[in-house]
Amino acid sequence: MESMARPNTAVKIILVLMLLFIAVIALFPFFALLLASFKPSTELLRYGLNLKLQAHLLSFKNYIYLFQEGAKYLIWYKNSLVITIVGTILSLFFSSMVGYALAVYDFKGKNVVFILVLAVMMIPMEILMLPLYKLMVSFKMINTYWGVIVPIMVAPVAIFFFRQYALGLPKELLDAARIDGCSEFRIFFNIMVPLMKPAFGAMAILQAMGYWNSFLWPTVILRTEDMFTLPIGLSGLLTPYGNNYDILISGSLLTILPIIILFIFFQRYFISGLTVGGVKG
Amino acid sequence: MENYHLNYSINTQPVPQKKKIRRNILFSQKIAPYIFVSPFIISFLVFFLYPSISTIIMSFQEVLPGETRFIGLQNYKKLLNPHFYAALRNTTIYTIWTLIILIPLPLVLAVILNSKVIPGRNFFRSAYFIPALTSTIVVGVIFRLIFGELESSPANMLMKALGLHAQQWTMHWGTGMFLMVFLASWKWLGVNILYFLSGLQNIPKELYESAEMDGAGVFTKFFRITLPLLKPVTIYVLTISIFGGFRMYEESFVFWQNQSPGDIGLTLVGYIYQEGFMNNDMGFGSAIGIVLLAIVLVINLIQLKFTGAFKKEG
Repeated sequence: MESMARPNTAVKIILVLMLLFIAVIALFPFFALLLASFKPSTELLRYGLNLKLQAHLLSFKNYIYLFQEGAKYLIWYKNSLVITIVGTILSLFFSSMVGYALAVYDFKGKNVVFILVLAVMMIPMEILMLPLYKLMVSFKMINTYWGVIVPIMVAPVAIFFFRQYALGLPKELLDAARIDGCSEFRIFFNIMVPLMKPAFGAMAILQAMGYWNSFLWPTVILRTEDMFTLPIGLSGLLTPYGNNYDILISGSLLTILPIIILFIFFQRYFISGLTVGGVKG
Repeated sequence: MENYHLNYSINTQPVPQKKKIRRNILFSQKIAPYIFVSPFIISFLVFFLYPSISTIIMSFQEVLPGETRFIGLQNYKKLLNPHFYAALRNTTIYTIWTLIILIPLPLVLAVILNSKVIPGRNFFRSAYFIPALTSTIVVGVIFRLIFGELESSPANMLMKALGLHAQQWTMHWGTGMFLMVFLASWKWLGVNILYFLSGLQNIPKELYESAEMDGAGVFTKFFRITLPLLKPVTIYVLTISIFGGFRMYEESFVFWQNQSPGDIGLTLVGYIYQEGFMNNDMGFGSAIGIVLLAIVLVINLIQLKFTGAFKKEG
């Protein structure tokens, strides 16, 4: 920024050192996780985590355990993937429709709907988890993927984002398409959705991360080990009496790694997806 | 205009009655928006309004399998117990700490990262952001090891290097609070930096240039231009931080799994979970939820009043 126009070299070095120091803190846990994943769990149990390389101890054994017969890790991975993919697609579908309508049309009750969207955004879902659980019991959705997805499928944050984005869509296009005889729905799906691609990219990331990392609500819904998602399955390996480190560490790493790789390729979408609301214009 | 008339005449050609109605629904600009927003309306009624009413009612009931009866304010009276106080206190103090750390620090870092003379700005931005990608639960595994009880755990090694005593991090209130706040700060720092960076980019450069001509220094410019103009972003970050603070659960779960010694890690959401699901007392759990709801609403209203955010959004 111009306010720091020409700091002298000493100030610059101090600032860069400070930035480096914080970067080390930000990245250190990943380094520790990577290192620990190659060490035998007996070593971790007995001596805890240390940062010595200890080349003679390192092996891929912990990763092999993940794929062994009887290990549930792959099942958890599949469950997480199904919930993330199905949930994200449905969230995008419904939220984009609602957000688009709130931006493009004038209709009675529009402001009421918008205020309700904001209200739902401001109230943490955790407050309602007891009645929602009872509702899911009566819907017979306990221990199903749908039970995790359906209550959070129409996401107010995404509606809000799509609305903001759709406000900037060219209205002339809408009129032109109407004159050409397009139905309102064809206009949305064939003309407007392609124009909103960047918004879909950002929201796909936000929603997918939400589903992939979500913990409390899936814990309430998913009851048997065969239905667990990764965070639930992995957290079950943590106990106050000692942890099953063989699967825990390598399993955690393989849960985080795909997202970091995706981030490297789609940084822009990640950043706009995870900073919804703050970015205006 | 000519085109318009042409198409208009085509559209009004006589169509068989049934087909016309279908066409009208698909083409009507009056009906279409209602169909578009219907998913939200349904979801709002079923998964928000109904549960809200249901939890209010349950908070006045004793909810047992097969039989439910009204017990007046007893659930609320039960709130006056040390566990609830601990949960309320932990959640509030945790939220305050995250505000103290996660607003000024990212703000200053954003100002530094926005300066063109700093090398590797993109690297730092990405590096700070990566923690936000992880599941708190999953990454918590490694935090437990880093802050292990053993003298040789990385955190205790650092303590000793600094001339301090090794700690049993998860056994005491102060260090336990530190763990939760540290984990949250670690995770959200990069996101908040990006919010402030986007705010900084909207400040016109001319402002700084004319201030410089008037002989303003680095600090004058920061306090007189940057800070006031970042107010909207700051309010936004404040809002989401408070929201995140009061719904906190995972940061506590990774260290104690719902059973912390002396409630040092108990949070309001954790207490709802404990009472509602583990002790099967949905009525009492609902009462805790209502108190949490009241807190969140009051904070939201105070903010809306003081910041006038409603006027802008509406």
